[in-house]
Amino acid sequence: MTGPLIDIRNISVGFTGKSSATLPVLRNIDLKVNAGESIGIVGESGSGKSTLALAAMGYLKSGLRLMEGSVAFQGQDMFARTRTELEQIRGGELALIPQNSGQSLTPTLRIGAQLVEALRLHADVPEAQYSAKAIELLGQVRLPDPAAIMTRFPHELSGGQQQRAAIGMALAGEPTALLLDEPTTGLDVTTQAHILELLRDIARDRGMAMVYVSHDLGAIARVCDRVVVMYAGEVVLEGSTRQVLKTPIHPYARGLLASIPRLSDPRLPVALDGRPPAPGGAGQGCSFIDRCALAQDGCRTSRPDLERLPSGEAVRCFHYQEAHQLSLTGSGAIPASLDGASPSALHLDYLAISYRRPGLYDKVLGRDSAGVPTVDGIEITVAKGETLGLVGESGSGKSTILKAIAGLLPPSGGKITVAGGQALAPEVEHRSPDHLRKIQLIFQNPDDSLNPRQTIAQILEQPLKLYFGLTGDALHQRSAEILDRVRLGAHYLDRLPSQLSGGEKQRVAIARAFAAEPDLVLCDEVTSALDVSVQAAVLDLLNDLKATQGTTYVFVSHDLAVVRALSDRVAVLYQGRLCELGPSADVYAMPSHPYTEVLLGAVLEPDPDTAPTLSADDVVELSPPAQGCPFQRRCPRKIGRICDTDTPPWQQGVKDHTIKCHHSIADLAAAQAEGAAGQRA
Amino acid sequence: MTVTSASPQNTGLMRTLSVLRDVVSRPSGAIGLFLVVFHVVLALVSPWIVPYDYKAMNSAMMLTGPEATHWLGTDHLGRDVFTRVLLGGREALLVTGIATPIAVTWGGFVGILFGLIGGRIDEVLMRVVDAFLSLPWILKMLVLIVTFGTGIEVLIPTLAFFYGIPVIRIARAATHDVVARDFVSAARARGHSRMTIIRHELLPNVLDTLMVEGAMRWSWMLLAFSSLSFLGFGVSPPTPDWGLMIADARGFMSFAPWGVLGPVIAVSSLIIGINLTADALAKALGIDRAQKAPV
Ligand SMILES: Nc1ncnc2c1ncn2[C@@H]1O[C@H](COP(=O)(O)OP(=O)(O)O)[C@@H](O)[C@H]1O
Ligand code: SF4
Ligand code: SF4
Ligand SMILES: [Mg+2]
Repeated sequence: MTGPLIDIRNISVGFTGKSSATLPVLRNIDLKVNAGESIGIVGESGSGKSTLALAAMGYLKSGLRLMEGSVAFQGQDMFARTRTELEQIRGGELALIPQNSGQSLTPTLRIGAQLVEALRLHADVPEAQYSAKAIELLGQVRLPDPAAIMTRFPHELSGGQQQRAAIGMALAGEPTALLLDEPTTGLDVTTQAHILELLRDIARDRGMAMVYVSHDLGAIARVCDRVVVMYAGEVVLEGSTRQVLKTPIHPYARGLLASIPRLSDPRLPVALDGRPPAPGGAGQGCSFIDRCALAQDGCRTSRPDLERLPSGEAVRCFHYQEAHQLSLTGSGAIPASLDGASPSALHLDYLAISYRRPGLYDKVLGRDSAGVPTVDGIEITVAKGETLGLVGESGSGKSTILKAIAGLLPPSGGKITVAGGQALAPEVEHRSPDHLRKIQLIFQNPDDSLNPRQTIAQILEQPLKLYFGLTGDALHQRSAEILDRVRLGAHYLDRLPSQLSGGEKQRVAIARAFAAEPDLVLCDEVTSALDVSVQAAVLDLLNDLKATQGTTYVFVSHDLAVVRALSDRVAVLYQGRLCELGPSADVYAMPSHPYTEVLLGAVLEPDPDTAPTLSADDVVELSPPAQGCPFQRRCPRKIGRICDTDTPPWQQGVKDHTIKCHHSIADLAAAQAEGAAGQRA
Repeated sequence: MTVTSASPQNTGLMRTLSVLRDVVSRPSGAIGLFLVVFHVVLALVSPWIVPYDYKAMNSAMMLTGPEATHWLGTDHLGRDVFTRVLLGGREALLVTGIATPIAVTWGGFVGILFGLIGGRIDEVLMRVVDAFLSLPWILKMLVLIVTFGTGIEVLIPTLAFFYGIPVIRIARAATHDVVARDFVSAARARGHSRMTIIRHELLPNVLDTLMVEGAMRWSWMLLAFSSLSFLGFGVSPPTPDWGLMIADARGFMSFAPWGVLGPVIAVSSLIIGINLTADALAKALGIDRAQKAPV
């Protein structure tokens, strides 16, 4: 067979809206995937990425229908096949890996049984060899001890291991093409980097094609040959990964790239303001017009076609030749930062937190069952007006620490003091109204942190009534002012959260926190649930508020680039213990602690010319070791027994840069330099 | 800066209207709501529209079959069955109509409180509730009624008390789901009092569940009320009541079935109507109803 493996021709997909008009979700999409090729599909949430990937399988979510066009796999029309034929193909020659592999693994069946089932349905293997073949597949996805994994249930595996098992299952039918929908979103950076390397290798070895859907340009840069950029249901740019990521010729792609925070750039990313039109909401002109810096009158009256250029790119823009004028890197603001010494706003004094409380049995038996605390020995001082970044993988105790500061989780040891050296009561119920007002917490997901039954006005009134006793007109006036401060108009006051976009909701959550006129704002992954372009706007807003209000932030994120963009100082956490602490510029320029080195090495940049360095294994530890260094089980620079038995001391570097390791910073720097030299040789 | 806005009550009203529209647009909701409204209106106006005096006995016309002058025949005392069926739901609707809101209010409040407090206290208290629920309801009520008597002033608090207990379970479970969400943590971290958290954060989110639960409790309570009357612990004669009428006419069922059929159809249509409405309401509000109808 010649010709493309997957051939999508001019498909439009839509649903019937309230006014019984058909609203398009995908508009006139052409996409060809050749054998062995891997294609990335990027775009913000709602741009139609997943719908396109599913359509490639001949599948549409309920409510959606094919309005025109065709999808062919290996030359045959997918929408014309019977159900049995489709079932044979799906999971066999064409496999899908969804974002949450929990969806593709059956929770009640052992991994082995599920693999055997996949083999029985889709593989050409004699029954006697199912088991051996299954073990072989688990080995191929680099799961440790495949025979043992066979007998486990999905919940007994970590997120990364589940995703590997799901990939193993997808490989059972020897697929010629693999569709991946955000396969690493929600996984830790190190795990994500490992999974992507695995996918790259498998695709190369088997000559397998991949369609990789993601909002993460870093992941796309690592695994894809070609990239398709989608906006409001249309393809706006297509080209080689290098063309799209290095010299994109569509204004949207440039805006998207500029909105990504980079490890190498201390400036804030540039926000891409506005939001895409809802399905059916695009006018007769270009769908990007409301957000485009190059827009001209002509763009409003007619819709640009997807123009194929001799360079191999395809672009949907009248003025693509001028796109290079738009900056690609953050010419965003330099983050507001404090100068000179400043009094302390928050001091964590050997903070320890345990989730397990001693049970009745333990009390009777006089046993200390609290065991190894989840978080231990946290000693940090945050200066007034400073932003402290707190980074670590999921489960490293970031949220736990914030909850303790907010009084939601009483610590099991240590002390928390605020400005003026006053100790905070451990429980929120015992704190003075003044302390309560001065410390505010913003959560990761605004869908969860805003009461769905309250209007925005009611949400904002809560702190205003509680802390300032405002009522009537004054209350209303103040709510509107606060909303204005987060750049939302007063007409939002009467809406319910469900009537707002993700970014708008997060702004309301920020507005609510700032309504209290706080001194200290705790931000828990506040941009993780948002699209990159929206994330940049929220970062910008937080930075502005800090500059105008002189607020102190503790900013938690698993995303190292985001932390870099906003923080003056950064603390790296592993298993609830501090590893490294220092000014952001120094830590990012010279990550010294072995764990920081591993973590930063795994970060994927949206640049095809960079590659992650993977040193430590991506095992997930469930609890910290009882003694010694928390990183002892994974450390690539481990010294020996001393790391297992003795708590590492603080090692001083230049300025305030310190690490907790038995190596000195100088030794580690030398070892890193040697490693780099070794790689070059 | 001037700000104009619709009041929050307006948003609430709009939601109520749209839910109501949704309920009526479903066949089950339309039929159910019709039956319920029909019964309530009938109970209100029946004293003025009945053809006979419900007490008027006629020894010449005992247990006669349906005919033009007595549409549902007469009972063993020669009273008009149709008249008595029309009037027979008044007592039941009055008692349950007062007792249901009381049951849902107190059960809902306690359930939300348990759910918010959580931890060991909540678990112990729920064990007590479970133990109580495992006793046969009729036994519990008979003990109380036998002790205190059978007037409305005893029936209403008794029913309200017993039927509030299962509401605790439902309200607590619904609250647990809400308490885990960040907006409640946010309210706690701000330092709001427990009462404010219940009123502003929890109640609006469990209210839907409570409303559906309330409808269910109402139909269970009607059934219980009729059963009590049937057993002779509810309404006392000669006041017409469906349960009582069924009990009285039961002995003559083989040759005068209309005496039983009339009140049976009346009470079932009301209970079915409430259940259909509750079903449609649950669907309109997007609630999964685990509990099944009482019949
Ligand atoms: N409610 C809880 N009960 C018991 N353990 C918990 C609870 N919440 C979190 N943990 C554990 O505490 C550790 C730190 O979690 P968390 O603070 O949420 O980390 P992070 O915010 O860095 O992802 C993890 O091992 C997690 O499993
Ligand atoms: S066609 Fe016009 S509005 Fe659309 S992207 Fe190009 S310049 Fe911007
Ligand atoms: S103390 Fe030892 S195990 Fe821990 S980071 Fe340093 S070298 Fe590695
Ligand atoms: Mg967290």
